[in-house]
Amino acid sequence: MGKIEIRNVFKIFGHQEDKALELARQGLGKEEILSQSGCSVGLNNVSMTIDPGKIFVIMGLSGSGKSTLVRHLNRLIEPSSGEVLFDGKNILDLSPKELRKFRTHHISMVFQSFALMPHRTVLQNVIYGQRVRGTARQQAREIGQQWIDAVNLSGYENKYPHELSGGMRQRVGLARALAADTDVILMDEAFSALDPLIRAEMQDQLLELQTKLSKTIVFITHDLEEALRIGSEIAILKDGELVQVGKPADILNNPANDYVARFVERRPVGVGAK
Amino acid sequence: MFPDNLHYSIRGPVNDFIEMLVINYGWVFKAISHALLQSVLLIESALRGLPWWCVIIIFMVGAWYSSRRIILTAAVGMLLFLVGVLGLWDLTMQTLALMLMATIVSVLIGVPVGILAAKNGFVRGTILPILDIMQTMPSFVYLIPALMLFGLGKVPAILATIIYAVPPLIRLTDLGIRQVDKEVVEAATAFGGSPIRILFGVELPLATPTIMAGLNQTIMMALSMVVVASMIGARGLGEQVLNGIQTLDVGKGLEAGIGIVILAVLLDRITQGFGKTRAGGASNG
Repeated sequence: MGKIEIRNVFKIFGHQEDKALELARQGLGKEEILSQSGCSVGLNNVSMTIDPGKIFVIMGLSGSGKSTLVRHLNRLIEPSSGEVLFDGKNILDLSPKELRKFRTHHISMVFQSFALMPHRTVLQNVIYGQRVRGTARQQAREIGQQWIDAVNLSGYENKYPHELSGGMRQRVGLARALAADTDVILMDEAFSALDPLIRAEMQDQLLELQTKLSKTIVFITHDLEEALRIGSEIAILKDGELVQVGKPADILNNPANDYVARFVERRPVGVGAK
Repeated sequence: MFPDNLHYSIRGPVNDFIEMLVINYGWVFKAISHALLQSVLLIESALRGLPWWCVIIIFMVGAWYSSRRIILTAAVGMLLFLVGVLGLWDLTMQTLALMLMATIVSVLIGVPVGILAAKNGFVRGTILPILDIMQTMPSFVYLIPALMLFGLGKVPAILATIIYAVPPLIRLTDLGIRQVDKEVVEAATAFGGSPIRILFGVELPLATPTIMAGLNQTIMMALSMVVVASMIGARGLGEQVLNGIQTLDVGKGLEAGIGIVILAVLLDRITQGFGKTRAGGASNG
C-alpha cells in the first residue's frame, strides 16, 4: 500500500499566520498576501491524490513550494491548515512516537544534496533506517549489502561519503531509502545536483528498480524533461498553488493554462514522446 | 559630582546574603567541598603514586594516539623528563591533578549547557551574557565568597578555575552543534531518528572537532589560573611562583614558570591532536 491524499493544505511562513491564512482562504494570490500580512505563502490550498505503486512527479520552479509540499508528506514540515492522509489515516494526528514509527516503516526520503552522514561509512549510512527501526546489526548489514549491490556500489561499503563522487553519493542516498523498506520514497530534486550523463543513468536505474519493486515514489523536480521521462503522473505547482495534474501526455497536449503551455513549448525537441 | 542622594550601595545586602548562606546552608557547601576534595585527592594520589616513567609513558601514548607523529610523541616525553630534572615533578603532578579535576567538572557542566543553548534560543539568550560576566569579572571578586563558603585550599581554587575556564567550552559546544549540516539532521529525522538518537548519533559526533577546540581552550584558561589559585592555598607550581615573587627569588619563580608552560604545551598539543584526527574523517562531507 502507500496511497497518499493531500486535502486543502495551506502553509504560511511568517508571524501573522492566522491573518495570512484567512486571506489565502479568500482566494488571494501570493503577492497580495505578502503585501497585506507580511507572510509568504508556501502552499495555497493544495489537494491531490497520489496512487500507490507509481512514480508521481511534482514539478515547479524554485519558490513554487514543491520542496515544502514533499516535506508535508512525512511531516518534516507541519501544515498551517489541512490534512495529509496516508492509507486513509491523517498523519497529522500521530504522536511523536507514532510519527517516528510511521517514518521508519512507511516513508523514506532521498535529498538533493545527498545529506549523508559524513562520519559513517556507506554501509552504516545505508542501514541507518533499519537500525533506527531496531533491526539487529547482523541482519541490517545483510539488508544493507543487498541494496548496495542493487545500486552498483559493491566494494564501496566501507568507504566514507567524502571519498565518493557526487553520483556515487546519491546512489548511497538511494540505497539508504530502499534499505529502509518503506512503501513510499520521497525524492526531493534527487538528481538535480548531478551532471547530465550521470543523471540520465540514475533515471534509468530508478525506472528499472521501480518496475521490480513497484513502490510509491514521489519525485520532485524543476526539470520538465526529467518529469516526462520518469513520471506516470505529473503535478505542476506555481507560487504554492496546484496548476495541473495529469499524465505526461495530458500535460503536453492539453496544458491547463499559459504557464504550463510556456513550460511545454520550451521543451527541447523530441523529448517526452513516449 | 554625582548627587549623593541617588547613591545606593549593594554592598550591605550582598554581604548579608553571603553571611546567611554560610550560616544556614553551610552543610550544602561542606558536602560539595568534601566530594570535590575527595575526587581531587584521588586523582592526585594516583598521579603521585605512579612511578615517574609510567606517567611519562601514559602522556606519550596519549600524544601518539592523538597525533600519530613520532617527533611530537618524543618531544612530549622529553619535556616531561625535563620537568623531573628541574625538580618540579611532585608540584607538577599536584597542579595537573587540580587541572584535571577542574577540566572534568567543566566538561560535565559545559557540554550539557552548550547542548541546551544550541537547542533553545531562550537558554542561549540567558547564558551568553552570564558567560560574558564570568569571563570579565576579576577572579578575586568571586574568590572571596568562594573562600567564605568553601574554606581555604584546593576546593575554592577548583571552583574559581571552573568559573573562569568553562565559558569557551559552552560557547564552542553551542556553536559546534548549531553548525552541524541541517540537511543531515533532517535526513536522520526523516528516517525516524528520535531527538536523543540524533543528538548522540549525529550532532555530537559531527560537533566533536569544535567541542575539542573548546576543551583545549578550557584547559589553557584553567592553567592560566594556577598562580591565582595558589593565593588561596592550592599547592603546586603556582605556589612556587608565588613564593618566588614574595622572596624575590627570580630563579625559583622562573623554574616553576617553565613547569607551567611545559604542562600547557603538553596538554595543548595532545588535545589539539584529538580535535584534528576527528576532523579529518568528517571534513568536506
